Amino acid sequence: MSDSTYLGMPPFPEAARTALGDTQLRSNLAHATDTIRRKRAAVVAEVDDWEELREAGRAVKERTLRHLDTYLVRLEERVTAAGGQVHWARDGAEAGRIVTELVRATGESEVVKIKSMATQEIELNETLAEAGIAAYETDLAELIVQLGDDHPSHILVPAIHRNRAEIREIFVREMGAYGTPAPDGLTDDPARLAEAARLHLREKFLRAKVGISGANFLVADTGTAVVVESEGNGRMCLTLPETLISVVGIEKIVPSWQDLEVFLQLLPRSSTGERMNPYTSTWTGTTEGDGPSTFHLVLLDGGRSDTLADRIGRQALNCIRCSACLNVCPVYERVGGHAYGSVYPGPIGAILGPQLRGTDTLLDRSLPYASTLCGACYEVCPVKINIPEVLVHLRAQVVDEGRERRVPKAERMAMAAARWVLSDPARLAAAQRTGALGGRLLSRRGRIGRLPGPLSPWSDTRDAPSPARESFRAWWKRTH
Amino acid sequence: MRVALFITCFNDTLFPDTGRAVVTLLERLGCRVEFPLGQTCCGQMHFNTGYQPECVPLVRRFTEVFDGYDAVVSPSGSCTAMVREYHGRVAEVAGDERLAEAVRAGPPVYELSEFLVDVLQVTDVGAYFPHRVTYHPTCHSLRMLGVGDKPLALLRAVQGIDLAELPAADQCCGFGGTFALKNADTSAAMCTDKVRHVLATGAEVLSAGDNSCLMHIGGSLSRLRTGVRTLHLAEILAATRESPVRKVKSA
Repeated sequence: MSDSTYLGMPPFPEAARTALGDTQLRSNLAHATDTIRRKRAAVVAEVDDWEELREAGRAVKERTLRHLDTYLVRLEERVTAAGGQVHWARDGAEAGRIVTELVRATGESEVVKIKSMATQEIELNETLAEAGIAAYETDLAELIVQLGDDHPSHILVPAIHRNRAEIREIFVREMGAYGTPAPDGLTDDPARLAEAARLHLREKFLRAKVGISGANFLVADTGTAVVVESEGNGRMCLTLPETLISVVGIEKIVPSWQDLEVFLQLLPRSSTGERMNPYTSTWTGTTEGDGPSTFHLVLLDGGRSDTLADRIGRQALNCIRCSACLNVCPVYERVGGHAYGSVYPGPIGAILGPQLRGTDTLLDRSLPYASTLCGACYEVCPVKINIPEVLVHLRAQVVDEGRERRVPKAERMAMAAARWVLSDPARLAAAQRTGALGGRLLSRRGRIGRLPGPLSPWSDTRDAPSPARESFRAWWKRTH
Repeated sequence: MRVALFITCFNDTLFPDTGRAVVTLLERLGCRVEFPLGQTCCGQMHFNTGYQPECVPLVRRFTEVFDGYDAVVSPSGSCTAMVREYHGRVAEVAGDERLAEAVRAGPPVYELSEFLVDVLQVTDVGAYFPHRVTYHPTCHSLRMLGVGDKPLALLRAVQGIDLAELPAADQCCGFGGTFALKNADTSAAMCTDKVRHVLATGAEVLSAGDNSCLMHIGGSLSRLRTGVRTLHLAEILAATRESPVRKVKSA
């Protein structure tokens, strides 16, 4: 519960309203999600046993989470035996303190970072900055976000809300302040932009003594950490520095390399729409004369144990952060990631965030409702997380908490009234007769253009049908 | 076979013509349809909005009213999905083992196109509908029930129909029950794209297996004065040369 959403974020509907009005954002998102959806669909269609793979992914995750304590202890033993040090962090604040102390102990004041959701979740960059330590993101999109003093809006492609003209502007304006400036006459040609990033980052890779990463997977049997990536910046951060610190959620564990194999097939096809990601780095403790001589693994709970205790909600911990659910989500496609108010946007964010953080804020209480329950997310999820099921489960949690205090009273009263009416066919018939009368008063030519009170958001953009003069049950009674 | 119609409270109140069409259609196909008057609502609105205890009496009523029938048929994908997927959950969360058992022992509940194609094993239901139609596969019938192309197979067999493929058909229309009120802006943005695709087909009629989605898209089609009508699948399948759908007479 310690980890916050972005400071001062309004509830989802308000943030969404603002985002929906941003025409540049709408066009960037529509283009990007459509492209990546097509890529994913094409490479998934190539795999004959995709459904079996999904089922295997789900089964491995569920089995691992059921025996998580065993695997975590095994992992700690193996990492330690291989020369690494394991640290346990109850929450984000504790993880932040541990990492800060570890960096301080090296005497360094800057670190290079691999794109990592866990370190974003615990706001590590901000914590390090407070301690006078500069953390440089080296993933291209994360660099764009960091230089733009922006928030990521997608799990895989955090700068999805930016187009290349905006990226060029950010590079030209900001790079010089943090190191190698953008080359003169930089255009928005993607190859030129990538080259500018390469030049800017190379200096940082070669200078850094400390690297910070997350991990996509931890293999318990051998104590091995795994990072999959596309740009090679990860490989640089994992091999060049003297000290490597990896912050990883406790749910990232898989028992064996056989289990890992399933996910190395599922993840790239689901996330980047590639058969295989360009770089897969694995490391086990430390190796003399090869890569970092010091390795720290910080295992983060951060609400995961609480989530694991929830019989329906725990499936959110299966997530391998592929972001396929974001790309197919009709809500995400239109409002983008920022409206979700945290590093986990989209459908998975709507079930993961409120579970990891709790439902204390208006934002976290609004997220489970940020979905039509259309089920497109569940359909593509490589580990078969039934996101609509968890959303509905969390809605019930929000309502139950609100029965005591905060749910708008009008809604609760309306739902109680509806239950009373619908619990008895005679009451329903009476309500239908009243509704038909009221509807006739409001309607013009069988259509209602303006609905009263809490129903008015409907009629702001849509006409409503007039209740029928004769309900079906009245017709049936009259004719049978 | 004793077949009961579960009309749904929504159709009962707002779209009774759909229910009458289901009765006409099933009787034409030789079924004797019963309408148990004790029925009310499947509880979906309460369940999906987070009011789970409120669903318990509705689920109990459903199991009591439809107990003893061989099959229940409903002209709604989402209400059928609620009954099939979540009535058991409601009983379980309430800790009501007797109710859970009643849910398990209840008759099979079919969405209309499933009942026609899987149970009655017909695709040509003898309908006549000489209009240009496009079909929106609603999310719950598509993804929760997995009806596949059963509705389209039924429509293709309709005489005189000019069936136009809807672009991006599997994208949600943005209704989502109380989502349309709680997230009205996002809902409207989604609906606008659906309307754009409907208009691109040049269809006179938009059809679907759920009147809730049709009310949403139709509300926008009406507000924009597009002249495109919405019509439940059942009403197209019930239409014949002798008794056409009254609403489309002038088209």
